[in-house]
Amino acid sequence: MLTTVTISAAIATTVFIVMFVLTLAGILTWVERKQSAIMQDRIGANRARILGLRLWGLFHIIADAVKMFTKEDFIPNTKHRFLFSLAPVLSLFFALLTFAVIPFGHQITIAGYLIPLQVASVNVGILFIFAMMSVAVYGVVLAGWSSNNNYALLGGIRASAQMISYEITIGLTLVGIIMIFQTLSLMEIVKAQGRLLFGVLPAWGIFYQPVGFLLFMIAGIAENKRIPFDIPEGESEIIGFFLEYSSMKFGMFMFADFIETVLIASLLTTFFFGGWQVPYLADTGFVFPWGGRWDLNVWLVEGMRVISFIVKVCLFCWLLMLIRWTLPRFRFDQLMNLGWKVLLPLSLANTIVTAAIVLWLD
Amino acid sequence: MTTRTVHVVNVSARRRALNFWERIYLPEVLRGLWVTGRHFCVNMWRHTLRAIGIKSVPPGAVTYQYPDERRPAAERLRSLHRLTQRPDGTPRCVACMMCETVCPAFCIKIVAEEVSDPNIEKRPKSFDIDIGRCVFCGYCVEACPEDAIRMDTGITELGSYSRRSMVLDIDTLLSLKPAAQNQGKPVDFLQKRLVS
Repeated sequence: MLTTVTISAAIATTVFIVMFVLTLAGILTWVERKQSAIMQDRIGANRARILGLRLWGLFHIIADAVKMFTKEDFIPNTKHRFLFSLAPVLSLFFALLTFAVIPFGHQITIAGYLIPLQVASVNVGILFIFAMMSVAVYGVVLAGWSSNNNYALLGGIRASAQMISYEITIGLTLVGIIMIFQTLSLMEIVKAQGRLLFGVLPAWGIFYQPVGFLLFMIAGIAENKRIPFDIPEGESEIIGFFLEYSSMKFGMFMFADFIETVLIASLLTTFFFGGWQVPYLADTGFVFPWGGRWDLNVWLVEGMRVISFIVKVCLFCWLLMLIRWTLPRFRFDQLMNLGWKVLLPLSLANTIVTAAIVLWLD
Repeated sequence: MTTRTVHVVNVSARRRALNFWERIYLPEVLRGLWVTGRHFCVNMWRHTLRAIGIKSVPPGAVTYQYPDERRPAAERLRSLHRLTQRPDGTPRCVACMMCETVCPAFCIKIVAEEVSDPNIEKRPKSFDIDIGRCVFCGYCVEACPEDAIRMDTGITELGSYSRRSMVLDIDTLLSLKPAAQNQGKPVDFLQKRLVS
């Protein structure tokens, strides 16, 4: 039922999530340089300044963007000029589209309408995420194929091999989550995590599925194609599927990487760390398991939930950066071994054990 | 009959086999994350404290922001040469050619002339050092019997836009001061030479 309120709510949620994701991804380009510097006892990017103002190098985000946009946009001698231009757009597009089903808050009531804080409240959100993640590989493969360059092609092939292998693990670990929460809707999954486990522990996914969390995180980083799993890029060997890309087309690939970092962080938050849930916060305010109550305004509760989601996502982004700047990269055969011989059997075992326990408890 | 000892290198003994916990990789990953995470937290804490004005904590980074701040140079650092002067301002150099002879890079060129003073007899008419060729070995300083040449100006930024300006003449070399009197001077020196 389309009314002014629902349409404007849809637009508002879309704008919010797009702004949130793009801003966070933009800041991550700066965080990556700054955090790695601090981890390595360096200072990091701090020279860009406007009117004597440095702000710890935050202007480097703008400087990078200006640099990317003003560089020469070179297209190699290829028969697939259209695909060449399409590939980075696909990468960015599908990474962004996945955010449509991620709930960043519970719901608000405006003029009698109940508006869920989620762009698309579909009841098969998990399937949608699988679909988008599977399609995302096209951007990479097309980039490698249309570049008319053997190294880029090799990078694209490696990327498809890697992403397809690790998608299976992602899918299988989420089967455990689906079985426990008995739903495919992300909003329902997050709502179910507001309950309490043993009376005190928030019923977050990580307490049900610790192994699943670990596997999902590893596979998620692999999907992200960043350093421990940067086989498609392979700086020391083949320079990657975006070898022929320059200017903002390369920038889009790079930006898609950061958006995927935010995506993996959001998915980890949604599935395993209670999404927008604040521990012990019900719709009317805090209800503590030891008997206390603290009633709060509805809007305050909703605001705290949105902030809780954002904080969790930021923490996971930090963790993913930490991992990216700590671990050495895998070799291609090690990557395939890990994917098929370790993660796949483990996620299968996780699924079977979870199924058995769910069946036993029923 | 002599016996020869053949050294057999046991490669597998040198390369220790990984134990179970190392093979499953995860504890080692956590150990690595602990190290880098600790560095992050400690440095972040120090940066924050210094940013709010508590300067007694050690700095969070080992960086020198080079053009703005310089590393303190060791006193024995061999930097740009200078020629020393007598109390009356004439060069101590007696044009004995020891430095020119010992120089492995052939970067010193002295033209001598006679002096009427019987205690000195000779002095340099011109004394050129091509710092574009100099290898900063310090042999000239060691060879000099008169303590006329030293490498204590503390000037290490010697870049220039022309080879010609890399050749320093006697007036420039005499005008240079030891590093102790040269605080903040290196950049001035560089800019003067770039203009000329």
